Order: sequence, then C-alpha cells, then structure tokens
Amino acid sequence: MIKITASGRPNELLRKAAALSGQDLFACYQCGTCSAGCPMVAEMDLLPDQLIRHVLFGMSDALESTAIWVCASCYLCDERCPRGIDVSKIMEALRQIWLRQNEDYVHVAQLPKETLAELPPIALVANFRKNTG
Amino acid sequence: MHIDYYPGCTIKASAGQYETSVRAVLATLGIQMKEMEQWNCCGVVHSLASDNLIRHIAPIRVFARLQEQGGSEMLTLCDMCYNTLSQANHLVRQNARQRESINDFIEAEEDYDGEIHVLHLLQILRDRVGYQTIKKHVRRALQGLTVFPYYGCKLLRPGGMGIDDPEAPRVLRDLMHTLGAAVADDPLQTQCCGSYHIVNHDEIVSRRVGKIAARALERGADVIVLSCPLCHFNLDTRQALVDSPLPVLYFTQLMGVAFGLDLDVLGLNQHHIDPLMLLQQRGFVQEEEALV
Ligand code: SF4
Ligand code: SF4
Repeated sequence: MIKITASGRPNELLRKAAALSGQDLFACYQCGTCSAGCPMVAEMDLLPDQLIRHVLFGMSDALESTAIWVCASCYLCDERCPRGIDVSKIMEALRQIWLRQNEDYVHVAQLPKETLAELPPIALVANFRKNTG
Repeated sequence: MHIDYYPGCTIKASAGQYETSVRAVLATLGIQMKEMEQWNCCGVVHSLASDNLIRHIAPIRVFARLQEQGGSEMLTLCDMCYNTLSQANHLVRQNARQRESINDFIEAEEDYDGEIHVLHLLQILRDRVGYQTIKKHVRRALQGLTVFPYYGCKLLRPGGMGIDDPEAPRVLRDLMHTLGAAVADDPLQTQCCGSYHIVNHDEIVSRRVGKIAARALERGADVIVLSCPLCHFNLDTRQALVDSPLPVLYFTQLMGVAFGLDLDVLGLNQHHIDPLMLLQQRGFVQEEEALV
C-alpha cells in the first residue's frame, strides 16, 4: 500500500534527493522524454520519469530500484529534458543516499581475480566510484 | 610544435596501441607530445553529487601540476579523462566557493583557477591541423572501406562540454572521409556501450554491444572506429552476440594505415577481433608488413 502524505512539506527522500542533485524535481512534467531516449531502459525496473514521480511521492521503492544502479551517467536524458532537469544527477543522488546509509553496492573483495586482472583501470575506478561509498 | 600531454592510467595499462599510433600520426603531422610530469589518475567519472568535493581533487591536482610546470594546454586521448578533466575545470571556473575549498585541500600544489585548456586529440586534428593538411599525408586512401564511427557518451555530453554536436556529431565522419573511407551513420553511435557495468554486469554490456555492432553490420560497416579505451574494451571483447564480429580500431590506427606508417607502431595485432585480415584483403596492408 502506498501512503501519501499531504503535509505541504517535502518528504525526507525528496528533500535529500533535491539537495544532493541540485535539481528541482517538481519541474518535471512527466513527458517521458528522458526514458524514451535512455539506452538502459531495457534493464530498468522503474524508468527515469517514474523514479522522479516516486521520489516526489516519497515512495521508498525508488531507493530499492535496480534502475539507479543500471544508469551509467551517459547524460542523454540531461541533454533532452525539455525542462532542463539533469536526471543523471537525480540518479547519482539516489545512489549516494543508498550508499551513505547502507553498505557498498559492489563488493570489491568478492570480484573474481581474473575479472580484476583483465579489465582496464577506467572500468574499475569508474565502477567503484559509482557503486561504493 | 609540441603539446603537453596527460595520458591517464588506461592508456598506459591497456590501450598502448592507441598511444603509439597517436604518437606516430602526430609526428607525421609535425606535432610532438610532451608527457607531463607527476600525473595521477583523473578519477575517471565526474561526481554528480553537490557535496562530494573530495572527488574533484584528483583532476584539479593534475591541472595544478601542469600549471606549475608552465603548461597552458593539456592534450588527452581518453574520452573519460577528457570528460572528467573538462567538467572539473568548468566547476572551478564557475563556482568560487567550491574552488576555494578544493584549493584548500591541495596544499602541496599552487592554487588552480581554471586557466588551463583541456583538448581532446580530435579537437587538435579538426581545429588546429585541419582536414586539408591531413589529406596531404594520405598515401593509401581507404577506398572501399566502410567505417562505423562510434562516439559513445563522454566525448559529446554534457552538451557545451563535449567536442561536437551532442546529437549529430560529425568529427569522426569527416576525418574518415578525409582518409578516403565511406562512413555508415546511425543513432546508436551516440548511445552508451554499457561502460563500467563490464565489472559486475557484463551481460548488460554484451547486450548493448550486440545491438550496436549488429546495427553497424546492417548499415554495411566493415570496421568500427572510436577513441575511448573503455568503449574499445567493451566492443572488442563483447561482440559474442554478433555472427560476424567487426574489428574495433582507434581512429588513429586507421589514420596510420592511410598514412602508410609502420604497422608495428600502430599495434594492429593488439585486438581480440583481428583487423589485419580485413585490411590485407582490401589491399591497405601487404602480407609481409602484417607479419612484422
Ligand atoms: S524529460 Fe524531464 S520533464 Fe520529461 S519526464 Fe524526464 S525529467 Fe521529467
Ligand atoms: S544518464 Fe542514466 S537515466 Fe539518463 S539516459 Fe543515461 S543511463 Fe538513462
């Protein structure tokens, strides 16, 4: 069941997401342009525009979604949003909220040695910067 | 002419063929790369969180060091380095408060205010050297070869920081035309290859790469060219979904072939998907050369 409060105050998740991303989520008019262009939607449970809506309503499933980890900060949505919203920053904010209250999303010590040896440094550093606190 | 050069980790670790081919191509064009001293990893990705200043210190430190060494322009070959350095540079130029905090942290170096210009190699070739000059050095025009330029994300976006039109880039197309090649274009050229997911979700990368390569094949491409070492790794190692995988080359390797440069500096044998057979069949490379 979804509980939506109407206190007039932004919910906790929205407050944090807005502060960390520097974006005004209320500016989103749900046109779906971000999701239409996103190369990763086939891998996402909640699409970028849906995520924004869920955060606006303070629904905690936004933080549990795989979408925030699947987003690879490719900036295509930022380029196309007619409202000038940097959706990639909202994605980063949600990852950061998760990482700052939980554990790491990727556990470096558990990655196979062969993987670590084979991959270029930019793959590893980028991955750990996105998936660990 | 010489230009100060920031290599970044991956060029030195797993993209050696990019660096050696760039050196050879630039030498042909009369440009020497001078590797800057004491560089560190740029951090690879720009932090998008408003309070994560510590993540910007690595790229700013690189700028501060080059400034101390008397440099004013910095050449990069790697798209991810280019992106991270440009965004960090933009941040210190725009945001005085954050600039002060960052400079407070990097005590070992002098303060940095955003004075250095970062340039991607493609900008040097397009804007400084020019296609006309490049054309003069072509010894073996790539006639009959169809190239699929792949830009990915970090060269083009965020808009304003990228080196070309974010939706309709043309720099690689123009360059390949200059070499005499035909070009196949497609909207997937500017879509992400799956990037760092290769570490813990390589199935996502395989699906992305499969889609991009299949489209390139559909469009009649013989070969994919690009400039990002991570895109290169992903496309070169993860084309398993495609029936006939396309060779994936750094654009400077094809420039080198067209310039008639020594094959051993071009590193054409350092790929998972062998490009030499194709280049021999088309007569751009002789068999004796390929054996070297
Ligand atoms: S493109 Fe912008 S306005 Fe449209 S749904 Fe996405 S974030 Fe909202
Ligand atoms: S930045 Fe993330 S959400 Fe936006 S288009 Fe790219 S992958 Fe999708």
